[in-house]
Amino acid sequence: MLNPQLNKNGELSHLLSVEGLPRAILTQILDTAESFMEVSAREVKKVPLLRGKSVFNLFFENSTRTRTTFEIAAKRLSADVINLDINKSSTAKGETLLDTIDNLCAMHANLFVVRHASSGAPYLIAEHLQRIGRDDVHVVNAGDGRHAHPTQGLLDMYTIRHYKKDFSQLRVAIVGDILHSRVARSDIHALTTLGVPEVRAIGPETLLPKHLDKLGVHVFHDMNEGLKDVDVVIMLRLQNERMNGALLPSAGEYFRHYGLTPQKLALASPEAIVMHPGPMNRGVEIHSAVADGPQAVILPQVTFGIAVRMAVMSIVAGN
Amino acid sequence: MNIEIKNGRVIDPKNGVDLKTSLYIVDGKVVGLGQAPAGFVAEQTIDATGKIVSPGFIDLGARLNSIEAELAAAVAGGVTSVVVPPDADPPLDEPELADRLVHRGAEIGKARVLPLGALTLGLNGERLAELAGLKKAGCVAFSQANKPVVDTEALLRAMEYAATFDFPVWLQAQDHWLSRNGIAHDGEVASRLGLAVIPVAAETIAIATIIQLVRDTGCRVHLTRLSSAAGVNLVKQAVDEGLPVSFDIGVHHLLLTENDIGFFNPHARFSPPLRAQSDRQALSSAAANGLAAICSDHTPVGADDKLLPFGEAKPGATGLEVLLPLTLKWAEAAGVSLADALGRITWAPARILGLPGGDLSVGAVADIAIFDPEATWQLTPEALKSRGKNSPWLGYVLTGKVNTTLVGGRVVFQD
Amino acid sequence: MSSLPHPLPDAEAQCRQLADLIRPHLHRQPALVGIYSGGAWIAERLRELLGLSEEIGLIDVSFYRDDFAEKGLHPQVKPTFIPFDVEGRHLILVDDVLYTGRTTRAAINELFDYGRPASVELAVLADRGGRELPVTPTYGVWPVALNDAENLVLARAEDGQLAWRLENA
Repeated sequence: MLNPQLNKNGELSHLLSVEGLPRAILTQILDTAESFMEVSAREVKKVPLLRGKSVFNLFFENSTRTRTTFEIAAKRLSADVINLDINKSSTAKGETLLDTIDNLCAMHANLFVVRHASSGAPYLIAEHLQRIGRDDVHVVNAGDGRHAHPTQGLLDMYTIRHYKKDFSQLRVAIVGDILHSRVARSDIHALTTLGVPEVRAIGPETLLPKHLDKLGVHVFHDMNEGLKDVDVVIMLRLQNERMNGALLPSAGEYFRHYGLTPQKLALASPEAIVMHPGPMNRGVEIHSAVADGPQAVILPQVTFGIAVRMAVMSIVAGN
Repeated sequence: MNIEIKNGRVIDPKNGVDLKTSLYIVDGKVVGLGQAPAGFVAEQTIDATGKIVSPGFIDLGARLNSIEAELAAAVAGGVTSVVVPPDADPPLDEPELADRLVHRGAEIGKARVLPLGALTLGLNGERLAELAGLKKAGCVAFSQANKPVVDTEALLRAMEYAATFDFPVWLQAQDHWLSRNGIAHDGEVASRLGLAVIPVAAETIAIATIIQLVRDTGCRVHLTRLSSAAGVNLVKQAVDEGLPVSFDIGVHHLLLTENDIGFFNPHARFSPPLRAQSDRQALSSAAANGLAAICSDHTPVGADDKLLPFGEAKPGATGLEVLLPLTLKWAEAAGVSLADALGRITWAPARILGLPGGDLSVGAVADIAIFDPEATWQLTPEALKSRGKNSPWLGYVLTGKVNTTLVGGRVVFQD
Repeated sequence: MSSLPHPLPDAEAQCRQLADLIRPHLHRQPALVGIYSGGAWIAERLRELLGLSEEIGLIDVSFYRDDFAEKGLHPQVKPTFIPFDVEGRHLILVDDVLYTGRTTRAAINELFDYGRPASVELAVLADRGGRELPVTPTYGVWPVALNDAENLVLARAEDGQLAWRLENA
């Protein structure tokens, strides 16, 4: 099956998932992001690349923080940004997802940033655009269901590269609810594509997908074992809903076994960095002393995120 | 009307017939093969040179959303009898509705309509529907379609009641709790793509429950659309034990697996879900060994309900017009003879229904499908008579095309 | 019609000539800004030859080009690096080959996003004509005519020596 993210020339036309992208494209995005970091450090934080272009933020699932970083990134590229918060009730009025896309294309949209609760929604959009011959409209996935959050995966890689330089010697542990996490899936694909030799998943059985080992991941249920000598710890957010089903008994019990405390962090390499996609649940997955401590790079992740999103949008919009 | 079908290769799987010969029809019944009966004068002659003459196909599961279009699609696909699940809107839980459906089918005069009556009112798994009344109105068995009976006590009582009258009960073995949030098989693909899962346990737990209730009630049960290797094993054991249990397999599950989801293709969304290679293999063996019948599970879905993100798309695919080519495709890959393959969609379904049909014995009703097993055609929306254009095979070239279909000795489809 | 001499001129010698042209104007304390990659190397060389202590600026014009719609983003973007305050400074933009003038226009636009310079001058080694915008070098060493099929490229050897190379466009 042809990769729906690449155009006829093998260039990135949509960013739907990290999975399936060759290492060269990931590296290109990270390298380009470095240049955009410099732009974000200037007085005038703007370049004219997407001047006159319209970026539509299509958020079917609420997220002020992700939407804001995309908006900032698009504006720094001089694009016009339109925010559409489409919740379930307006689509219940009868307009299908694809009808919405057709309408927005008629309003001369150039790029859609899409967040949706259903895995695969951005693919449906990309396929539809291809079918109607609009190869001048691009899709960037801002998170689809549990499947992928590729810009987060990429900014996580940028962060790791910034602090650790070389991927080929690292041990990286991802801790928490990987079953429901699109960030985890994108991180795993990015880490393995960039050549990280040891990727670990740490969590209780109920929160890990059954076939994780097929993705090249070592599974640990004991966090003390799993954190030994790791260079990077990526903590995932534990959502409240998980405590309502039969997946977990309580936040307290979770924190005791899988929360990152200073004691547990001490088992990792002394230079280990601690990452988190945000927003954090202090006292549930991460102890405040760690979140505010010297090894946490959680705030820099946010800054890197804007540069990475600028890089992604400028690359796809030009192809 | 006296009809002679000549020069065709007549295959009658039930009677072990497979030879190039003529077939004679008088007054809607098969009167003989080979030699014309004494005094026979053909009023109509059908030349079946290069074609297979087969009993018309009996499809154990086809939804007739717009009845005229779908019955036309049925005979275009060589299907002469369709068993209709009771989950139309409104559900078929009143004798009057069954009456109307049978009547309408007869009026249209294409494929025969064999309705399944709802086991419970509204299919809600609580109160029994009027089974005897529904039977009288033409229902051939009772079913919950895809809706599980959550309350095991209610299921027990329903099966007891059905057993009283020796009514067969058709059930989809899918545990409500383990399947209610899932959209795909609990396998590698779902792990990778982040899809909510329906584990195999959803099927095996339901099968085990049903089998125990069969033991206790003596109710005859037909399990529809099995999907897993473990499920097949359980049913096999029950059959070996001598319990009155049978099962069928949807033709798409013989050919496709979870891998066909690809990039979230909504046409690969089925209920039960497409499972792993090993499951497909077990289903294929079961069909090859004659343990199970094959059906199309025809489910027309409009584009508005299908072209959606995978988890929101309505499950199911168009089936009536692809039943033949897909069955032939499966048979070739599985090394099953043409006669055996045809048996799975003719005689085996008839046996499960406990009705005559599905064969070309002398005296049998002349429901016949004449088809070219080598003819190729491309599956496009225009090529289908069904309103359901939803198919994972769209754009593919399929092999096997029906040329002529007769129901009760009357030509109801001519290509 | 090409007027290329064979062999190609000594780029290092040309840098010395360029430095000689600039030296009389150093009282304005200009800051050097080299356009990647060739201009950056030349700017570095000029800094040595002119004995300037200040770090040179390095500029990548990829985000300011006028051909984004046709060509997309250049696959290898480098970060722009301006280690001094542009506001009120005299700047000398340095490039290896001046052709259509579009790169110069992009570089000037980018510099203006850092502040308002007192003036911007342009220093180039080679001027191959073919201007599509009204851009003139302030300091130029080598006027040369090339065919459309020819491309002059500045290369840096492992030992840091700069040399010209001819490539097919």
